[in-house]
Amino acid sequence: MADQANTSQLDASNGVTDNPWRLLRQFTAARIGLGRSGVSLSTREMLAFQLAHAQARDAVHLPLDFDALSQQIEALAAECPLLGDELPLHVHSEAVDRMTYLQRPDLGRRLDEASRVLLCQEHQTPQKPFDLALVIADGLSATAIAQNAVPFIRALCEALEHDDQGWNLAPTILVEQGRVAIGDDVGELLNAKAVLVLIGERPGLSSPDSLGLYLTWAPRRGLTDARRNCISNVRPDGLSFREAAHKALYLLRESRRLCLSGVQLKDRSGSLEDASEGDLIGQPDQQGDPRSFLVT
Amino acid sequence: MHQAYRHQLGSKTYEFRNLADLMAKATPSRSGDRLAGVIARSAEERAVAQMTLSEVPLKQFLNEALIPYEQDEVTRLIIDEHDQAAFEPISHLTVGDFRNWLLSDLASSEMLARIRKGVTPEMAAAVSKIMRNQDLILVAKKCRVVTAFRSTIGLAQRLATRLQPNHPTDDMNGIAASILDGLLYGNGDAVIGINPVTDNVVQATRLMRLMDEVIQQYEIPTQSCVLTHVTNTLECIEQGAPVDLVFQSIGGTEATNSSFGFDLSNLAEAEQAAQSLNRGTVGRNLMYFETGQGSALSANAHHGLDQQTCEARAYAVARKFNPLLVNTVVGFIGPEYLFDGKEIIRAGLEDHFCGKLLGLPMGCDVCYTNHAEADQNDMDNLLTLLGAAGCSFVMGVPGSDDIMLNYQSTSFHDALYVRRVLGLGPSPEFEAWLERMQIMSNAAGARLNDQLPAVFADSLTRLPASNQTDQGAIHHG
Repeated sequence: MADQANTSQLDASNGVTDNPWRLLRQFTAARIGLGRSGVSLSTREMLAFQLAHAQARDAVHLPLDFDALSQQIEALAAECPLLGDELPLHVHSEAVDRMTYLQRPDLGRRLDEASRVLLCQEHQTPQKPFDLALVIADGLSATAIAQNAVPFIRALCEALEHDDQGWNLAPTILVEQGRVAIGDDVGELLNAKAVLVLIGERPGLSSPDSLGLYLTWAPRRGLTDARRNCISNVRPDGLSFREAAHKALYLLRESRRLCLSGVQLKDRSGSLEDASEGDLIGQPDQQGDPRSFLVT
Repeated sequence: MHQAYRHQLGSKTYEFRNLADLMAKATPSRSGDRLAGVIARSAEERAVAQMTLSEVPLKQFLNEALIPYEQDEVTRLIIDEHDQAAFEPISHLTVGDFRNWLLSDLASSEMLARIRKGVTPEMAAAVSKIMRNQDLILVAKKCRVVTAFRSTIGLAQRLATRLQPNHPTDDMNGIAASILDGLLYGNGDAVIGINPVTDNVVQATRLMRLMDEVIQQYEIPTQSCVLTHVTNTLECIEQGAPVDLVFQSIGGTEATNSSFGFDLSNLAEAEQAAQSLNRGTVGRNLMYFETGQGSALSANAHHGLDQQTCEARAYAVARKFNPLLVNTVVGFIGPEYLFDGKEIIRAGLEDHFCGKLLGLPMGCDVCYTNHAEADQNDMDNLLTLLGAAGCSFVMGVPGSDDIMLNYQSTSFHDALYVRRVLGLGPSPEFEAWLERMQIMSNAAGARLNDQLPAVFADSLTRLPASNQTDQGAIHHG
């Protein structure tokens, strides 16, 4: 008991009370066990937060290097034949710059005229209809796209290549200053059966690199969120590329089978990790799920 | 029906197309109304619109539907459920008179409860547009709305918290770690509510069971909720999952709600199913709704209305289902709807006031995103103002940083700050529990114990063997 007293006592020399459960951070990046000065944050924690916020603010305004991304996708196409040999197409929304993008989501959802012309030309020459168009948009985090888009597409292509049905992919479309719904605009112009948008999600304090995936079946302008399925937080410290590809393949297959997407399409893919949740502890409950450390 | 509204200012005549136009032009400035193209074109036009609006009789809102009755089930709900007897004491007032009446000593807590079913969302929105921040605080404070499930929310001098232990992969131990952190900081009496990473019945059920086990083992007087789509929760109930609260994001127009993938009948069905489980102990309020200005415009479903009026109309949807909690997630939607700290603070106070006036257990997610012009100081201001206004509950997120939803909300520490500064306690059942569990020595004074209670220290001993490297510091005795 004397040990316990040592662990969570107020330090009389500096007024800070530490939290012994801080070691639970092995399970989460959440800011737990911060300790306290009275009931407030200590100076150290308060200033650490201010730094993280400053970095996230800066990330919002960092532009995406589209040339580098385009080259990476070309390189990837060499190992993933599904991507085809057509070069990625770089298009732009109607939001001319970042400040416009932030304040005018309507403009970020639409392609500008030059981009529409470009995609219409593309549609003139399809050998057979596209089963899927991959659309990559910078969204609110260029970091997310720069770091996570290519590894995810690699994992997705591996999953699609092992599928028992063929997938005819449209050329990859790269959108500057794009929002989620711009995928529907692209998909409609390409006459693709489905569109999967990869977009940089709003940067969090602890996750400036989070990639979001949005699937629409039969994309066309003006659809609402009710017609989309979302897979969020794809990044090394979040949903892994392999896991995200597994979920995306499930949704794509179901969408193609049922000819729909959105709230009527339920994600029942389960988890790849289901069979190996050995890192969870405690006895399984009657349903067979492992229990958390909080429960005996 | 759609008469124009005119106001003479010197030699200049201002004209507003109809009531919706007048309401929009009278709204304090915000980016979402600019985006929608409904905002006043000048500061003078806004001030004139407010004067014009103040002269509109409350009765006019019963005659001039902002979205036609035939086109929108939320309008039908508002009109069909309007209580003429409750309206009677205020039926002779204009919007401007209504503000005076609300501020006057005639409007006691009892009187405000008596008239609430006679107030439509549009009347509430209209009067809020001509109220200053202090008016919104003063009147909201007089409105008393008490709800209960396993804890009681909304009593005088109480402020509850939603413990929000989100994790980017829904990791069971990661979520449990944040739950423990929140409980040890005296948070979680409104609900322990998880936003799951993906909308999935299997995963929602797993998270429900996790929370149910914790609540049962430690006999916590609170309720759990997985914030998944209402149709998923219904499926969870059918499969025997331990559902306490039914969640849904709601908006103020039928088209907004259909963009969210539900209609009123889905809510009714889910509420009935959850009631059949009989899981409440001190009350039967079990719906948990979230709202926020801008959602209707975001779904292109605003019918030319300003975003605050759309928001108030969402409260008619909430009111129909006697919720335990209604949460306006005020800064989550981003700067295209509420640009900066000033706009977020104003919107938070408006939403809280309108919700309370209409009889809802109104809480607020005091929050901002990293692409908004806002920071922690703005949140401190709004939290303190809402505490003064008698807000029912706020969020508790570890260190303010939601690592799944990627935004900043109020922290466990923030809740204790505002409780201390304003002398607010947690819900009475939870207050007793915090002292019984030796988490707090004086819960009413937000006084935490310096020692980790033995029962929770024990849970740390159940950590996986491979990860016990620095655990000796806790329990080598």
